[in-house]
Amino acid sequence: MDPIATLETGFGYWNPLAWLIAFVVAGIIAWVIWSAGEKGYRKGTEQVKPFLSGNAEPAKGDVHLRAGNLYWGFTEALSGYYERIVPLHSGILNDYLLWYLGVTALLLVAVIGMGI
Amino acid sequence: MIPDIIMHNLPAFLIAVPMFAAFATPLIGRLGNERVRDAWVLLAMALTAAVAVLLAAQVYSAGTLVYTFGGASPGIPVPADSGGIPVRIIFTIDAMSAFMALIAGIVGFSVTAYSMASQSRSSGRESYYMLLLLLTVGVLGMVCTGDLFNFFVFLEISSLAGAALVASRVDRGVAVEAGLKYAVLSTLGGLLVLFAVALLYGQYGSLNMALIAHQMQFTVLDMVALVLLVTALAMKCGAVPMHFWTPDAYSMAPAPVTAFLVVASQASLYGLFRVVFTLYNVTLNYSLVGWFIIIIGVLSMVVGVTMALPQKDVMRLMAYHAVSQTGYMLLGVGVGLAVLGDETLMSTFGLTAMEGGIFHIINHAMYKGLLFLTAGAVFYRTGTRNLNQMGGLGHNMKWTMVFFIIGALAIAGIPPFNGFASKLMIYESVFLFNPFLSIIAMVVSILTLASFVKVFHSVFMGPQLPEYQDVKEVPAYMLIGMGILALVVIVFGLFPQVVVDGLVAPAASALVDQSSYIASVLGGI
Repeated sequence: MDPIATLETGFGYWNPLAWLIAFVVAGIIAWVIWSAGEKGYRKGTEQVKPFLSGNAEPAKGDVHLRAGNLYWGFTEALSGYYERIVPLHSGILNDYLLWYLGVTALLLVAVIGMGI
Repeated sequence: MIPDIIMHNLPAFLIAVPMFAAFATPLIGRLGNERVRDAWVLLAMALTAAVAVLLAAQVYSAGTLVYTFGGASPGIPVPADSGGIPVRIIFTIDAMSAFMALIAGIVGFSVTAYSMASQSRSSGRESYYMLLLLLTVGVLGMVCTGDLFNFFVFLEISSLAGAALVASRVDRGVAVEAGLKYAVLSTLGGLLVLFAVALLYGQYGSLNMALIAHQMQFTVLDMVALVLLVTALAMKCGAVPMHFWTPDAYSMAPAPVTAFLVVASQASLYGLFRVVFTLYNVTLNYSLVGWFIIIIGVLSMVVGVTMALPQKDVMRLMAYHAVSQTGYMLLGVGVGLAVLGDETLMSTFGLTAMEGGIFHIINHAMYKGLLFLTAGAVFYRTGTRNLNQMGGLGHNMKWTMVFFIIGALAIAGIPPFNGFASKLMIYESVFLFNPFLSIIAMVVSILTLASFVKVFHSVFMGPQLPEYQDVKEVPAYMLIGMGILALVVIVFGLFPQVVVDGLVAPAASALVDQSSYIASVLGGI
């Protein structure tokens, strides 16, 4: 068994080794660029603080973008979809049972009716 | 090196070890020494995993293993005086069963190691460990048995143990409510499975899957049994539109329980595949049943991921992703079923699609288990699952963050992690079947990545928040549990063809080859 064998997908192929080599090369290039950068960086000094046009730095908790603010545009654009799909997840056990039994009943009619 | 009595009775040990350990755990807990009890549970789960590995090695090298309980010779399923009917409880372990047992062994050990630390602050740990071991018994029994009634019994064991574990945080009313929902739905599903088993038994006078498959007439009663089995198992594996219990149960259970519930759901998925491919197979209209599985797969992918995106509870978000990922497995295997009757299409892309779907089962068990454990690690230190209340934890929980990144990239299908390999197989083979389905699968992957970028940013990125200034990394046991799964994710991603050739392809072939399954039990009929 060849441990570095190429994965055949039936249509294409994939070899993680090629990816790793590319990843390592990109990493070396990034390291070379980084190491040629500014040498005067001092951790924990004034220079690491964000520059906000001379204004005082807000409290840490205030500048962190919280999860609730992310992808607002996506959910807003699909609001019509979400208005229908979210209420289905009602948390009510009766609804869950109805969905299960409803699908079962529908399939029984379809399978026996169509004679699959 | 290993005594023959063990090697000849591995299927029995696979069930007996965790079952004995489960019932002995409360007694050992009574001794009062927590370390002894924890060592006992960890040892039991390690032994169970070792037996699963040995069993898988035996099946993959020697072919399907038939084990008869209570027989003078376990290898002879049909007694001479039984009129050709396999009357005893029989385990029929082919490569697909061994594949699933392997998953349960690896994840079971990881979550047990993790639980040693994560549950250390909870009371009632004897019950917790006992139920975790019983859940393992249920899952292993479901994937190994060749007897329909036996399958129902193990399904019930896993359902009851799972429901009790979901409700194990008894100080939280919502956890008990989630456990109750899981219990009621599982009980109804189990009841309908039992009814289906009764219909088949009434017609064929046997509970053995191989015998029923051999004699299958596909009467109206068989059709009713098929629908009852398929819907019950689709509901249990969390397929849309019967998935509603999944986010409730997964989000309220302790993280290691949720990680193992993923495997329990996959055991139901295995049951669904076993019913369709082994029990009914040639009697079915492949195209129609295949398309049914494809449609619930696509619905699961789309509804799961779109419901995950706006979630603010990290466990609930991941639970919806579990629904979405199940869709990939259904899509891959559904495409294989849809073209099962056409040898050319099957060899061109059908088998690859099935291999992709089956490869995704083990990959999903590993990375989703890992992701749930990282969410549990964050909850362990912060006491919240609300993404809006988190931030900057990457400063203090570096290992957890690294494990999360590995799991998140794997679930999003980013190379070189394992999720990419199985998704690539699904994309490309399904593309040849129907390009539109493949495009949907890719879009769902992009949305999955977007969703986990949100989680990564919300939990680990940003400045160190004052309320989490003193947060520390989680204890070593939890890191070990996550580390094992992360290692599998990386190794499977780096050597996908080895995994496909060694584990996945034999499992897919075993699932497709109904006649071999029947012959392994009934002989060359």
